[in-house]
Amino acid sequence: MELQLSDFRRMAVEEFDTSKLLAHAARQARERGYDKFPIVDVDSHHYENESLNEILEYLDDPVLKQLALAGSKPNAKNARLMNTMVGYQDMGGRIPRYALRSLEKAPPGKDQRDVALTKRWMDAVGVDIAVLFPTPMLALGVHPQVEIEIALSRAYNRWLCERVLAHEPRLVSMLYLPFNDPEATYEFVKEFGDKKGVVGFLITSTRYRPVHANQYMKTYALLEEMGLPIAFHGSYHWHDQAQGMLNRFISVHALGFVWYNMCHLANWIINGIPERFPKLKVLWLESGLAWIPFMMQRFDNEYMMRTSEAPALKKLPSDYMRDMYFASQPMEITDLRLLEETMRVINAETQLLYSSDYPHWDFDLPSTIYDLPFLNETAKRNILGGNAVRLFNLKLGSEKLARVA
Amino acid sequence: MSEIFVAKIADFAEGDRRIVTRGELEIGVFHWQGKFYAYENLCLHQGGPCCEGIIMHKVEDVLGTDKSWRGQKFSDEEAHFVCPWHGYEYDIKTGECAANRRLRLRPFDVVQRGDDLFVMAA
Repeated sequence: MELQLSDFRRMAVEEFDTSKLLAHAARQARERGYDKFPIVDVDSHHYENESLNEILEYLDDPVLKQLALAGSKPNAKNARLMNTMVGYQDMGGRIPRYALRSLEKAPPGKDQRDVALTKRWMDAVGVDIAVLFPTPMLALGVHPQVEIEIALSRAYNRWLCERVLAHEPRLVSMLYLPFNDPEATYEFVKEFGDKKGVVGFLITSTRYRPVHANQYMKTYALLEEMGLPIAFHGSYHWHDQAQGMLNRFISVHALGFVWYNMCHLANWIINGIPERFPKLKVLWLESGLAWIPFMMQRFDNEYMMRTSEAPALKKLPSDYMRDMYFASQPMEITDLRLLEETMRVINAETQLLYSSDYPHWDFDLPSTIYDLPFLNETAKRNILGGNAVRLFNLKLGSEKLARVA
Repeated sequence: MSEIFVAKIADFAEGDRRIVTRGELEIGVFHWQGKFYAYENLCLHQGGPCCEGIIMHKVEDVLGTDKSWRGQKFSDEEAHFVCPWHGYEYDIKTGECAANRRLRLRPFDVVQRGDDLFVMAA
């Protein structure tokens, strides 16, 4: 069976090749001269479920390991350790790479498959360094068994460190924290914080734990001491009662990916976490940008009247937000004047970090930043790479990295 | 104005498509309901190869006489090709973006000469 592509990029389903799919992106990279400055993608993904059997080998608990391995057999139809989300990310087949990706063959060589396929799209898009995150595990925070969240994320982190990050300098990651267990969260930072390629830690935002709970303070203190940023990654959850009122995936996706980050950011600021840990750097992922000026205006306005309810604050909520970092994708580009104002209020030139979210359906190419008419060349290069190089202290020896201003 | 050969008409089946090139210019040519349509293979969103995506009929809501929602169906009239990068949908017959008709792909004239089909590239 052949894909309905062009004559000159014709390929059979079993020959699906990301490089061909992204040929236009590669042309953009050439035309815009991406070889002249570093591009860092602070939020990209792989499908860890395609390497699940490798990951399960890193499970410690022998009973859980047997359960998981039995469930991963092809005939184990109803056995599943991982929770999944209801949703239609592939738009009913309109985004064909969702169905074809798992069939893609890695190029010959020593690279692990996820590494090889990730480098394939990075090369096409023009990304030098990618911060790599999982995909199905973004929902692990609502798994009904906390012990499964801990065990699976520890196995994943070990696999990622040993099989991916240890070997590939172009890939780094912020490692998953099992936030439903504060003690395990703390132990994870101690266990993985100094591993090669670990540039921070990640909280998958879709969960129901308040970030200001006292049990997390020692983790924040440790992260601050180690100089490692913490990131919150948006996602959706159709079983959430509020999102359950929405009847179409477009609505769940549009609101869900912002909703949890809005809650966490509100708790983070109003409870004065930035005052308690002033050197802890915070990064918000995959919520786009339009929510930020909304939060700034909403909370500044209320704080002026209800100051006594947030006594820890020494400046406006928006001032704390301007100290934070935000990833660009999925960047709302339907009104450039609004986008320009948004970038102004968040100090984009120093606080905004380019992210692609590739290979997910709403990925953004570097051109979404580079082609913006209101940014000068310095701002573009900072957003596309320079800010991330500084935030993550990337010292990978690349000639391009040395060109960061 | 220069011509680009697309195909022998007899070899270009109804519902099929071709992508032809001249230099870096790529043009998608569709054979749809007895006519030929040609557009630049460059999505207005982020530059994806929009003419290379799947073809699907427009999705429509079905309402009852009392305006209640009764389900959905595929249009009998309107078909879209869908950019494989992000899902932008374009009307095959007009090149208009289905979500915003003010946006339209760059069209090209298609000319039949004898048994052959050409697009006229500026």
